[in-house]
Amino acid sequence: MTQPVIPVPPSAAVVNPVQRRNEDAPRASWAKARERLAWAMVAPSMVVVIVVALYPLAQTVYYSFTDARLTRADEAVWRGLDQYRFLWEDRNFRGAFVNTVQFTILSVLFETILGMATALLIFSNFAGRGLLRTAILVPWAIPTVVSSRLWQYMFTEPYGVFNDITQYRLPQLVDWIPGIGSSLAGIFPAPGDSIPFLTDPTLSLFSIIAVDVWKTTPFMALLLLAGLQTIPGDVYEASNIDGATKWQQFWQITLPLVRPALLVALIFRTMDSFRVFDVVYVMKQGSLDTQTLAIYAQQALINGDRLGRTSAVAVVIFLCIALMVVAYTRLVRVEENS
Amino acid sequence: MARFENPVSILHPRVAAARRDFVSGRITRREMLFRASMAGAGAMTLAALGGLKVAAQGTPEGTPAATGEVGYSIQVPTDLRTDLGGTSIRAVLADAGNVDNDWHDAAIAKFTEATGIIVERVPGEQSATDRLQNYRQQFAAQSADLDVYQIDVIWPGIIAPFAVDLTEAVSATIGDYLPALVENNTVEGSLVAIPWYTDAGLLYHRTDLLEQYGLTVPTTWDELTTSAQTIQDGQLATNPNFIGFAWQGAAYEGLTCNGLEWQVSNGGGNIVEADGTISINNEQAIAAFERAAGWVNTITPQGVVNWQEVDTLNNFVAGNVAFARNWPYMFSASNAAASTVAGNVGVSVLPMGSGEGARNAATLGGWNMFVSTFSTKQEAAIEYTRFMASAGVQRSFAIEKSHTPTLVPVFDDPDVASAQPFISELRDVFTGGAVARPSTPTGENYAEVSAVYYQQLNAVLNGSTTAAEAVANMETDIDGIMSGL
Repeated sequence: MTQPVIPVPPSAAVVNPVQRRNEDAPRASWAKARERLAWAMVAPSMVVVIVVALYPLAQTVYYSFTDARLTRADEAVWRGLDQYRFLWEDRNFRGAFVNTVQFTILSVLFETILGMATALLIFSNFAGRGLLRTAILVPWAIPTVVSSRLWQYMFTEPYGVFNDITQYRLPQLVDWIPGIGSSLAGIFPAPGDSIPFLTDPTLSLFSIIAVDVWKTTPFMALLLLAGLQTIPGDVYEASNIDGATKWQQFWQITLPLVRPALLVALIFRTMDSFRVFDVVYVMKQGSLDTQTLAIYAQQALINGDRLGRTSAVAVVIFLCIALMVVAYTRLVRVEENS
Repeated sequence: MARFENPVSILHPRVAAARRDFVSGRITRREMLFRASMAGAGAMTLAALGGLKVAAQGTPEGTPAATGEVGYSIQVPTDLRTDLGGTSIRAVLADAGNVDNDWHDAAIAKFTEATGIIVERVPGEQSATDRLQNYRQQFAAQSADLDVYQIDVIWPGIIAPFAVDLTEAVSATIGDYLPALVENNTVEGSLVAIPWYTDAGLLYHRTDLLEQYGLTVPTTWDELTTSAQTIQDGQLATNPNFIGFAWQGAAYEGLTCNGLEWQVSNGGGNIVEADGTISINNEQAIAAFERAAGWVNTITPQGVVNWQEVDTLNNFVAGNVAFARNWPYMFSASNAAASTVAGNVGVSVLPMGSGEGARNAATLGGWNMFVSTFSTKQEAAIEYTRFMASAGVQRSFAIEKSHTPTLVPVFDDPDVASAQPFISELRDVFTGGAVARPSTPTGENYAEVSAVYYQQLNAVLNGSTTAAEAVANMETDIDGIMSGL
């Protein structure tokens, strides 16, 4: 589309203006018509993108520079970088940021490792594979609010099933082992000495990460399984003939070839974990020891009515996620180039 | 009122039943856990199949069904306008599953019969936090969809810009309402909501256990601490899960109510005083918080930092608790047929602290009737709020639904006294002693001030910060909130 509209140099116009115009006229109008058609074709989707994505984003960025309140957003006053300065100095925001980064790194790491292991397991051939493939999706299929509440019951002290296992079942179990049984039982907490999974501030975030890993590992496994299925079988055949071990096959063949699928899965999961709200809020509400950026934003909006501050947090989350996506795509490109 | 918070923390009924049976010795611990996990597994399967709403099951507040369901003793006031017949208004009252809804329908029928005004009852959110969010969205959109709103006692400062002044509407009876509530609902000279029913924090105890251990109802926090420890030490021999003192320590509005009682009873001020001074950073508040933090892992399990009212109720009803702090509704709930402690429940004022200015303190709760300025049928809406807050209606709400009235004459009603004895017994708590949360001086910022308070206090209770550090943080953060950025 760019080619036809060539600006005419003054010298050329002097040489033969009339002839040149006559030659170009039909071509130019044809190209213009094509260009108009092209614009007309993309216009609907452009409008949709502008209305549902760009406009809200611009609005959010605008509000983040104001002191807007949700109930009277029209009275917003321009405050420059004040909201960002506030966030920078706010200890609760810093705490939420650290919690979110911790949550994202640990949950994505464990989900990836376990998801890969699960994908490899259900990729191999065995009886009941179809049933297992469906069954592993159950954690992902349960609404998060429901599963989080059930996990909260399981973590509860002293009734929770985990505290029951550690205080009563496991000691009973090892007690049967002749000789060392009674001393082994001693390493478990005494009855009534519950582990505060959700109430100890040093444990709570990790308990919640465990729930998130349980919930999203199936999602990771499913995406990776799709990636595994695209690897042609003859590559493995050839490596078998060459005498490669299973371990070598995994590192030399499976992992490089599944990498595109892995990166897509990583981008999805990182974005999701960075915006985590439900699993944390259901189990801990607004407790500072587990507060994430999304909860911080929700509290600022619902408790504080502070549209400006919430927008600033949203912009920070947006920028962090954008940075991560750029980093991931860079990673893919580096791989492709090498 | 904080007990509407977080509907999903209600125990699955089968889990609760299993726990009750275990405690009463009908089943073994193993059997209890088996039944509880079966309930969980069943719920999980159903959830996976159809996204069933598991969490919201159960009787929300364990309130027993009212006696005499056939007819309610609602008396229609004689001074209602009758020239607005045919007008139709919409009112947000209780939540969809609330046990009071049949009473509401009966009240609306009486009102329509007397005035000709048609009222559509719109269910509100069960959680007060969610409800405020919805209300704020209505106001942000300047919506005329809803005319009358049921609002929490802590919201007048937040909703004042959207409130019709109701001073004229109740001018004849204004002197009969509890003065503290009228003051609470008055913002810049206008009455933004009519007090409808009230609540205050109370100390519950087990009369049988006090007798068994030869103790009396504690009057100071230190005495409570010692008595709770004594009973707990004795009971632990037979019940490994026995709790000396149960209260609400989760990071939510309910902890603000608990914390305010601790500090006010210790002479530690009201967080933000009436003139706007931020008074939280003081030695007596620090001492009160340290005393409460000392209960965790001694007379109260560590789990309390995640507890709301329903957890206190469940443990108390199961017979696991010697002393408990809760709202009046637990009195009827713990004396209901399903309770293992029915007949052994005593109620008193919360204990006093020590030091200068120590007193008894109970946090004020309750709900009010509000008319929106965006309503296009304000006259009819005002008549409805006048009706709902009138003596004849409050009397019925107290007798048949055990809600504490806001009109002083209703406290003196002999029928109320015989139906709900605790209302008249604790009359002083409701009529004078209750402490309002600082929602008036903090105005529209109250919810955020409260969040700072309960989050920091929760951190003190779970041991991640000291009381001195927490009050310093509260002071800085509240100051930042009031600056208005």
